[in-house]
Amino acid sequence: MIAIDREALIRKREKIRLFLNVILIGIFLVFLSFAEDVLDPYTVRILNVSAVYMVLAMAYNLVNGILGQFMLGPNAFIALGAYTVALLTMPIDKKAISYIIEPLIWPLNSICWPLFPSLIAAGILSAAAAYLLGIPSFKLKGDYLAIVTLGFGEMVVVLANNLVPITNGALGLKDIPRYVNLYWTWGCALLTYFFMRLLRSSTYGRAFESIREDEIAAEGVGIDVKRHKLLALTISGFFLGVGGGLLASLLGTIDPKLFSFFFTFNLLIIVVLGGLGSFTGAAIASIIFVVLSELLRAVESPINIGPIHIPGIPGMRMVVFSVLLIIVMLYWQRGLLGRKEISWDFILNRLYPLKEVEEVEGSS
Amino acid sequence: MGIIDLFQQLANGLSLGSLYALVAIGYTMVYGIIRLINFAHGDIMMIGCYLAYFGVLMFHLPWQISWILAVSLTSLLGVSIYLGAYKPLRRAPRISALITAIGVSFLLESLGLVIFGGRPRAFPRPAILDIGINVGGVYMISFTLLIPLMTGLLLLGLIYLVYRTKIGMAMRAVATDIETTSLMGVDVDKVISFTFAVGSALAAAGGIMWAIKFPQINPYMGIMPGLKAFIAAVFGGIGNIFGAMLGGFLLGMIEILIVAFMPSIAGYRDAIAFSILVAVLLFKPTGLLGETLREKV
Repeated sequence: MIAIDREALIRKREKIRLFLNVILIGIFLVFLSFAEDVLDPYTVRILNVSAVYMVLAMAYNLVNGILGQFMLGPNAFIALGAYTVALLTMPIDKKAISYIIEPLIWPLNSICWPLFPSLIAAGILSAAAAYLLGIPSFKLKGDYLAIVTLGFGEMVVVLANNLVPITNGALGLKDIPRYVNLYWTWGCALLTYFFMRLLRSSTYGRAFESIREDEIAAEGVGIDVKRHKLLALTISGFFLGVGGGLLASLLGTIDPKLFSFFFTFNLLIIVVLGGLGSFTGAAIASIIFVVLSELLRAVESPINIGPIHIPGIPGMRMVVFSVLLIIVMLYWQRGLLGRKEISWDFILNRLYPLKEVEEVEGSS
Repeated sequence: MGIIDLFQQLANGLSLGSLYALVAIGYTMVYGIIRLINFAHGDIMMIGCYLAYFGVLMFHLPWQISWILAVSLTSLLGVSIYLGAYKPLRRAPRISALITAIGVSFLLESLGLVIFGGRPRAFPRPAILDIGINVGGVYMISFTLLIPLMTGLLLLGLIYLVYRTKIGMAMRAVATDIETTSLMGVDVDKVISFTFAVGSALAAAGGIMWAIKFPQINPYMGIMPGLKAFIAAVFGGIGNIFGAMLGGFLLGMIEILIVAFMPSIAGYRDAIAFSILVAVLLFKPTGLLGETLREKV
């Protein structure tokens, strides 16, 4: 047995990881710079939607998977973010045309911001809403928390429908400038990913996980449970808001129906499929979900194979997804990755098997 | 607003409240026994409606027979959902069961969309329920009175079942302590299945009456009544049958009176129901008639 300086090994590992990350991001940026020109608009759109879902799913996973609190109202924060970005970025003349029933209130009717500050505003507003929601609802646990947050999600849809001078009611908003491209969506997805992974391996992340495992014990070792729960929800709210804003700018039109419980259901499928408690899992599952729902469009549209005509079945996608969710819950509760993350350490440990380093929790 | 209007609104509130009560009982019974929010309950109600609809319009059955068939088939559906989706998860973490229930709810909705189509359909209202009557100057359609009446009969039957029969005793025993009851030689699975059957039958009955009151049925019709009924169940104290009745009636009344007296905020009625839920949970987490929670720390 050769005596190896443990500290040096860990430092070496850090360097290798950093190097590999930089290379990966570099390759990715090169890919992005080609993608918009090389790929057809349909593929680019799928890539964009996947990235937005990644941001949302990872943010949702922070509360549901890491903190272990079953929250069912992410659609509320997504809606808030989406409306914020839509209202801030829309040109003034477009706003004047869109609001038919009642005019948009001041000051919103006279401002037009670029995308970046709008996204930040969306995140901050949504984080504030999450904080305010968290104070009363995190007194509840389990099923009750689920139903109250679900109620909050539904309430936001009701508000979006009724606050006509702000949201334009059921008509929704059209002509939202489509600033978002692959750089924005994948940039946000990467930032969210690295932020979440760093958060998870930080002391805060460990505190979150200890709250998930046993609240009483966490309290016992001196973790301020209430503060940590609120912190996780606020962070999650920020990223959900940013993701909602990206979505609004990507789609170009939003209306209250878009943010119904369906949206929460989609995110729930993604985090459960990826593994509650794994950000890598949530990211991979987002791509699977978006691609799968595109592929399943084939089922919903009529197919002609020679003389045989198969009529399309609208709604079939949701049947498939709900069956998928039930099967995952019944037979495969861990999902794709369970609580594990894919990290360089896994590969590095194969190449240089260093037993000592394995005990050290690695961040990517 | 005159006294006549008030009575009219009260009658409306009573009929809406009794519908909430019927559906809420299904939630409360299932929750009381296996501590599961059966998210699919509202959708079971929707399926009941469609069965009654097809019985009348496709198979040309008399409406009474069609309704009874619909209720029985729906209770079978409830049992099969329990056996297929919830029973395997009885020992799993509660969150898994909850996620599965959400999955079942969406499955029923999207199956409804695939099979019945998304277009709303007009529910046939039997002539006897459509007579205009005049009670001391209050004009109303007969179903406004018949719905609370039918609900009352069903509830009496349910109370008899739960408090005076052997299976009812078994249900109460399972709700109190599932492990001990199974040690006493009670077939727990049978009792839970029976509970699902009764709860789903009540949901179907509630759904059919819902369709009489609001005669447009569509695959998503179960969501809102389902959520409201859940709120009613929590309001009254979940796990308690009388609580569910009380909660249902109160919620129906509150909703109708808010819409009647404050038309300007009528658009927010669904939000008001949820605010009531949050307030109840914060200040009286066990509901109006709730027992003390035996939540393990």
